[in-house]
Amino acid sequence: MEFAVLQAFNAISVSSILLLIALGLAFSFGLMGVINMAHGEFIMIGAYTAYAIQNLAAPAMVNGVETQNDLMFLLALPVAFLVAGAGGMVLERLLIRHLYERALDTLLATWGVGLMLQQLARFIFGAPNVQVVTPSWLTGGLVISDDVTLPAKRMFIVALVTVCIAAITFFLYRTAAGRRLRAVMQNRDMASSLGVATRQVDSLTFALGSGLAGVAGCAVALIGPIGPALGTYYIVDAFMVVIFGGVGQLLGTVIAALGIGSLNVAFELGSTAVVGKVMVFVMVILFLQWKPSGLLALRTR
Amino acid sequence: MKASHVFRFIAGPALSLALVAGCAPAAGTGGGSGSTIKVGVLHSLSGTMAISETSVRDATLLAIEEINAKGGVLGKKIEPVIEDGASDWPTFAEKAKKLIQKDQVAVVFGCWTSASRKAVLPVFESLKSLLFYPVQYEGLEKSPNIFYTGATTNQQIVPAVEYLLAQGKKKMYLLGSDYVFPRTSNKIIKLQLEAQGGQLVGEEYTPLGHTDYTTVVSKILAAKPDVVFNTLNGDSNVAFFKQLKSAGNTPDKIQTMSVSIAEEETRGIGPENLVGHLVAWNYYQTTDTPENKKFVAAYKAKYGQNRVTDDPIEAGYLGVYLWAKAVEKAGSTDVEKVRAAAKGIEFAAPGGMVTVDGDNQHIYKTVRMGRVRADGLIDEISASPKPVKPDPYLEGKNYPWAKSLKP
Amino acid sequence: MKVARSIAIEAPPAQNPSSGIGWIGPITRWAPLAVVVAILVVAPAFLSEFRMSLLAKFLTFAIVALAIDLVWGYAGMLSLGHGVFFGLGGYAMAMYLKQESSQGSLPDFMSWSGLSTLPVFWEPFAHPWFAIPMAAIIPAALAGGLCYLVVRSRITGVYFSLITQALSLIVSILFIGAQPFTGGTNGITNFQTIFGFPLILDETRMGLYYATIVVFVMAYLLCRWTVTSRFGTLLVALRDDENRVRFFGYDPVQLKVFVFALSAGISGMAGALFTAQVGIISPAMMGIVPSIEMVVWVAVGGRGTLMGAVIGAILVNSAKSGFSEAFPDLWQAVFGAMLVGSVVFLPQGVAGAMKSAVLLVRSRLKQA
Repeated sequence: MEFAVLQAFNAISVSSILLLIALGLAFSFGLMGVINMAHGEFIMIGAYTAYAIQNLAAPAMVNGVETQNDLMFLLALPVAFLVAGAGGMVLERLLIRHLYERALDTLLATWGVGLMLQQLARFIFGAPNVQVVTPSWLTGGLVISDDVTLPAKRMFIVALVTVCIAAITFFLYRTAAGRRLRAVMQNRDMASSLGVATRQVDSLTFALGSGLAGVAGCAVALIGPIGPALGTYYIVDAFMVVIFGGVGQLLGTVIAALGIGSLNVAFELGSTAVVGKVMVFVMVILFLQWKPSGLLALRTR
Repeated sequence: MKASHVFRFIAGPALSLALVAGCAPAAGTGGGSGSTIKVGVLHSLSGTMAISETSVRDATLLAIEEINAKGGVLGKKIEPVIEDGASDWPTFAEKAKKLIQKDQVAVVFGCWTSASRKAVLPVFESLKSLLFYPVQYEGLEKSPNIFYTGATTNQQIVPAVEYLLAQGKKKMYLLGSDYVFPRTSNKIIKLQLEAQGGQLVGEEYTPLGHTDYTTVVSKILAAKPDVVFNTLNGDSNVAFFKQLKSAGNTPDKIQTMSVSIAEEETRGIGPENLVGHLVAWNYYQTTDTPENKKFVAAYKAKYGQNRVTDDPIEAGYLGVYLWAKAVEKAGSTDVEKVRAAAKGIEFAAPGGMVTVDGDNQHIYKTVRMGRVRADGLIDEISASPKPVKPDPYLEGKNYPWAKSLKP
Repeated sequence: MKVARSIAIEAPPAQNPSSGIGWIGPITRWAPLAVVVAILVVAPAFLSEFRMSLLAKFLTFAIVALAIDLVWGYAGMLSLGHGVFFGLGGYAMAMYLKQESSQGSLPDFMSWSGLSTLPVFWEPFAHPWFAIPMAAIIPAALAGGLCYLVVRSRITGVYFSLITQALSLIVSILFIGAQPFTGGTNGITNFQTIFGFPLILDETRMGLYYATIVVFVMAYLLCRWTVTSRFGTLLVALRDDENRVRFFGYDPVQLKVFVFALSAGISGMAGALFTAQVGIISPAMMGIVPSIEMVVWVAVGGRGTLMGAVIGAILVNSAKSGFSEAFPDLWQAVFGAMLVGSVVFLPQGVAGAMKSAVLLVRSRLKQA
């Protein structure tokens, strides 16, 4: 029973990471139809931002051990959003805008940008991994029994995703900018002729997607390695979620992340991590036979 | 004539230009000149392995510099030729060929992964050259053209398992990245556990670069082992230890024993995630020998006070000295003469006295168990009384259980 | 997109009736290939042994570039999985070479991975006359099968690219995981002989090099024939407007599956030649990064022109070789910049730029 609870929690937890890394991607892909291969590098930027922010505050000595300021990590979340978002806006203005309607070229060019960003990170922070110290309020966990502890970090990430989704929903359906964004997504030409500045919307959307990647970066910094190649570990999974979920619908992405995450945990539990990865890929291909445009695709006119 | 025809006329010559540019010999002369002896240094300076390998290159260069400061070998200065293997095995083979054929180096110091060593091995054997390989590995190899200055299995993994069993930690969970070293090591460990009264409670391999250990950690917690024998590689260690700790584990509940985590790696993983966990090597930065004090001071003076030394770094350093001693004894850099002279050569390395075993060209090394400290350095908690004879095929009488390993 | 791309289509081989000199057409058409082959044939006289091995390797890469150009430049399908097809060809060859080198005993990596007998599916590969065709057939079959599943559900564009990218991740993970059968991350290496000739002999290496030239020429001719035939015209039409092709009564699925399988088969042959000459094949050659690198060769050289792809493969790899010797740390950033630059400033690659330059000069001359 405890084991089942733990596994259910694991499934949600793995899914929440997938959702967080795919969310920004789904956003810009849904609107502009471009795949941002540098998305992983924006996640990396977020993780390094968390590292840099944490090191801004001088470490305090507690019981003879250097301790980082606990609250700096909370500060890192909005900063990472802004830094990565600004990076995304620059990328959109300088590059993606000029490759309008050349989706495959955008894919290649953004991959090149990703390589350069990795090199930049190596140049600034060095090649070895760096370390974000877990804030003390995230070190423990919810102890269910002797053997089962639900880690606080994981619960925090689930909460973070929930907040992100809520914020995006609010933005899309309750603000003027969100309304414009949805209009462009549904029918770009019509929106344009009705006076929506589509280029501005593109730019904003791309910045938003990149900013979300930055937030994801803070989250993965808690549970994984932080190095220049960090983005490459997550990017393919993020693509799988987007393809599986379909374009232009937030709900599709959420369900896809939950589906892939749970499948992954289930397969890995029954066999090995290698088999888990392969099986998920096969399932996605087979699923696309049935619903080629993903779980929930936006009907465009 | 149509434009496309003209284009084709131009494309041909342009292509030939490209060919010439790509393949024409670069400027510079091959072969050692009279006053220096050229040696190759072949490590990944770019790509995923660069993090680990650049430090070993640094140590190799430090040793060369020290030897040159004392007058070099055979009265000649050693001149290093540095090449980048780019974390790519075919590139290693290509660069090894270049060092031997074009630069005509007397010896090459380099490689880290078993894959890169396996890739260059046929090159060194067919061109009759010499490689000094500085990293612990899975054994089951003895090439006449390679000297192995890192540990083989009976100098690291086998004694680590013996140590754990002696501590009463009999239930073992084997966790590794999915590649050759973990799979071969675990094959050996399983035989050993069976013969020496241990118990295998789980075995798991994850893809290289895997970052989500949620499921693996809960499998481990459910299996309730005394110890996890960890052969994960690189970045996966970071994810595993962070997630193991946040699942509420401490070293006094489930201990881990790692054989791929040294001082260089503890910083990226975060010492707070590792403190109290065990490792097995032949050398630590804290190893208490006069040679080590000098070595650590020299390394930090040359490369920065925040740098640390560890086992592969030391092995890369001592390899140069062993080669230089062999060359002095042979009176020549000729590969066959150096090999013959190397038999039985001794050197007081930072990690203690090492001796070249003439039969398999590995070296005698002291085995040390260590525990990670809060500052990321490692304390020695136990050491073999004297250097252990290398036995890459575990053929010795101490390892009767390993018979089935022999090909 | 449609307008910009159509310049890239290689001109049809039709004669130019107004020129009045009918023989110049065939000469200009085949001259570049003849020049290239002539250079390749005499190159061994001028290059050192080490540079020769580089050239031989680049030539196998040029064959892959041709194959990628066929599906991307002409049929508009950007494959990020050609490393897999290249690698599968390489493994087929390696399975033959390893068995010949082991001389009847179990290959070394199998015995240390715990196998005691040769797996059944390895056995037929002991015969080169089985292994070499398989180097093309296996990748072609995998490519055809995957392409059928994907294209049938009308998945195109970036979706297609991402699925092929996932393929390269999955296949490399599988090959690493199946260590007893594939050698794991180490791959398969340490070959001694091919057809009984020792691989270290210069004569053997020369033989392999000339065999590579032959395969290169055959691949070029095959691609050329494909793109200049009616089938090639259909491919370009498919790239530019798939629905219209469908309305004309053609089945895009068949067309795409065929050309993708052909391309994968050619890549497999290149992989086989690579393995024989470089002496190693490993999952690292099949991963995401090498697969994209292959596409970059074509992007830099110029998609939609076969010679452009060849130029790109050789240019980029020469640059890589030169750069990584001089500044190992910087290569990645330079490579990224090269990619961005070629996409933004030279969308038709080096070949496209040369072509426009020629057009410009000609129009100036006409005015003068």
